[in-house]
Amino acid sequence: MARSLLFPEFKIERDKERCIACQVCVRQCANDVHEGSDTEDTVVSQEEKCVGCQRCVNLCPTNALTVQTRKDGFRPNGNWEDRHLRGIYKQAETGGILLTGMGCDRLYPVYWDHLLLNASQVTNPSIDPLREPIELTTYLGKKEEKLDIHWEGDSPVVRTRLAPQLGLEVPVIFSAMSYGSISYNAFRSLAEAAREAGTFCNSGEGGLHPDFYPFGENIIVQVASGRFGVHRDYLRVAAAVEIKIGQGAKPGIGGHLPGEKVSKEISRTRKIPLESDAISPAPHHDIYSIEDLERLVFAIKEAINYEKPVAVKIAAVHNVAAIASGVVRAGADIVTIDGIRGGTGAAPQVIRDNVGIPIELALAQVDERLRLEGIRHHSSLLIAGGIRSSADVIKAIALGADAVYVGTAALVGLGCHLCQKCYTGKCNWGIATQDPVLTKRLNPNIGRRRLVNLLRAWAFEIKEMLGGMGVNAIESLRGNREHLRAVGLSREECSVLGVKAAGEGW
Amino acid sequence: MKHIKIHEEYCIGCRLCEINCLVKHSHTGKIIKAFKEESPRAFPRIRVEEEGCLSFALQCRHCEDAPCVENCMTGAMRRDKENATVLCDEEKCVGCWMCIMSCPCGVIKREKKTRRIASKCDLCGGVDEPVCVAHCPNEALTYE
Repeated sequence: MARSLLFPEFKIERDKERCIACQVCVRQCANDVHEGSDTEDTVVSQEEKCVGCQRCVNLCPTNALTVQTRKDGFRPNGNWEDRHLRGIYKQAETGGILLTGMGCDRLYPVYWDHLLLNASQVTNPSIDPLREPIELTTYLGKKEEKLDIHWEGDSPVVRTRLAPQLGLEVPVIFSAMSYGSISYNAFRSLAEAAREAGTFCNSGEGGLHPDFYPFGENIIVQVASGRFGVHRDYLRVAAAVEIKIGQGAKPGIGGHLPGEKVSKEISRTRKIPLESDAISPAPHHDIYSIEDLERLVFAIKEAINYEKPVAVKIAAVHNVAAIASGVVRAGADIVTIDGIRGGTGAAPQVIRDNVGIPIELALAQVDERLRLEGIRHHSSLLIAGGIRSSADVIKAIALGADAVYVGTAALVGLGCHLCQKCYTGKCNWGIATQDPVLTKRLNPNIGRRRLVNLLRAWAFEIKEMLGGMGVNAIESLRGNREHLRAVGLSREECSVLGVKAAGEGW
Repeated sequence: MKHIKIHEEYCIGCRLCEINCLVKHSHTGKIIKAFKEESPRAFPRIRVEEEGCLSFALQCRHCEDAPCVENCMTGAMRRDKENATVLCDEEKCVGCWMCIMSCPCGVIKREKKTRRIASKCDLCGGVDEPVCVAHCPNEALTYE
C-alpha cells in the first residue's frame, strides 16, 4: 500500500514520571490510540488515530497526559495553509468529499464580538436584579395587531382569539439535534433539562422516541424533507412543530444517517427499516415555492387543530430577508434562522465552511425587513448558529431576535470538546454516537443538572446586563439597537447591522 | 446504614474506582507512590466486572445475613456494632479463606503477598463518601 502523506494532527505527551500505567486512557479511547501491556507497566500511544477529544486527558488520574495540536512543520506559506495541504493529501488518497462535524471553524468575523452593550449612568437609573424583579419570560408565536377588549362590569374580557404561543422562562431553546445524530442519553439530558428550566428542546428531524412523549410539552418536533417519524401523534404530542427547510451548517443540501447507525430503537423512532440509510433529500419534494410552503404550514396547522405554533427553519443565505418575508406570509408563527456557524452531526467540510452568512447580519436584515413590511408581529424570530454565551444571547435579542437556539453550547455543557468527529460515530464523550459502550458515558442525570445550571447561570447574567441597562424586562430590549454599538466594523457592516459606531450618541 | 449503590447502566468501565481504592488502601495514600514505589503494591477491594458493553463495579455488599461472618471460625470477620458494616479484624484472621468460599458475590480477596489475611471493602473506614463513589466520573456508584 502506498504510504500516506498525512501525519498525526495531535501530539500526545505522556509524563513517564506520572504515568502509573493504570490504562484508563486505553479503556476510554474509542479510536484505540493508547495501547497497554499485559506484562509491563507501560502504555504507548499511536498518535495517527488521535482526534484531540481530550477524553483521556480528562480522565487520567495523575494528569500524566497532554494532547496538543502538533506543529506541522510545513514551510510557512501565506497562501497554502496547513488545512489546504492536509485536505489535498486526504482527497488524493481517498477520492472523496471531506466530511466534518460541528459548526464552521473558519476565522470569519464574529459580529457578536464587535458589538458592545449599553449601561445606565446618572440620567437613568440602573436596576439591581437581586433586589428588583427582572422579567425574562418570552412568548413565541404570532402577536395580534390589536386586541378587542370588552368590559363586563369592572373586568376586561379579551374577545380576540389569541394565536397559540410558546412560553419560555429563559429565552434560550435547545436546538434541533435528532436522536440518531446524538445518543439517547444526550437527548434525554436535553429533554429533562428543558422541562426543568422551563424552556424547550427540539427533536430534530429524526422522530421522537416513545420514551420522550411524556416530555411533549417541552419539545418542538421537526418535520424535515425526510419526514422521519412524522405521524399524527408525533405532531400532536409536541408543544410546537417546526418545518425544517435548511440548516446553517449545510444550506442547500440534505442529510444522510448511515445504515450502521440505524439501530433497533432508531428504526423504531424514525419509522424506517432496520439498518437502512436514512436520507433527507436536499429539498422538500413538495415545496418549490412560498405557496407550496404555505400549504404544508396549513396542513400541519389543520393536523394540530391550530392549537400550537408552527415554525419554519431556514438557513441564513444571501437573500434571507426576502425569503423570511415569504415564510412569514406563508403563515409561520415562528421563523427560525440558522447562521453559518450552526452545527451539524455531519456535513461536507467545503459546504460547512463556505456556504451561508453569519447569523448576526441575517438577523439584523430579517428583523428590519419584517418591520419595514409591517409584518414583524406576525412571527417570532428564533435565531441559531454560534451562540456561545449569555452576552451573545442578549446582543441577539437587542438586534431583534425573540429567543435563541443553542446546540453546540448545550453539547459543550454535556462534555463535548469540539473535536468535530461527530460523523464517525465514535464520540468518546457519549454524545454523538450510538455505540452502547460509548453512550453509557453520558449519564443523563449529570447531563440534565449541567444543562439546567448552564441556563440558570445565563439567566442570572442576562438579568445583570439588563439591570445595568436599566431595562426590567427582556421584551423592552428586543430590537432596541440603540443599546448596541459597534467597534472595529466598517460603515457598510454597521449599516447592515443597523447599529451605530461606538462613540456615537443617540 | 448507607450502601454503595451500583448503576451499571452508567458504568463506563474506566476502573478509576479500582485505582482510587488501591490508593486509599496503600501505605502512603499518594497515587504515584502507591503505584510506582510501594512494594508489594496495594490492591483494590472493588472490582469492575465486564462483558461486552455491560460493566459494573462490585464491592462487598455488607449483607444483612453475611455468610462470611457466620462462617468465620476465629471471629475475625465481624459486623461493626456502630455502623453495621462487615469488617475483617486483621489481627484475628488466620487465612482459612472460609469467608471467600462462602461470599455470594466473590468480593473478598486474599492479601497473601504480605500476610495471609482476607481483605475486603471497609467502606473507607466510615467516611462520608467512599473513594470509589467520590471518584466515579459518571456517578455509576452512589452512596445512599
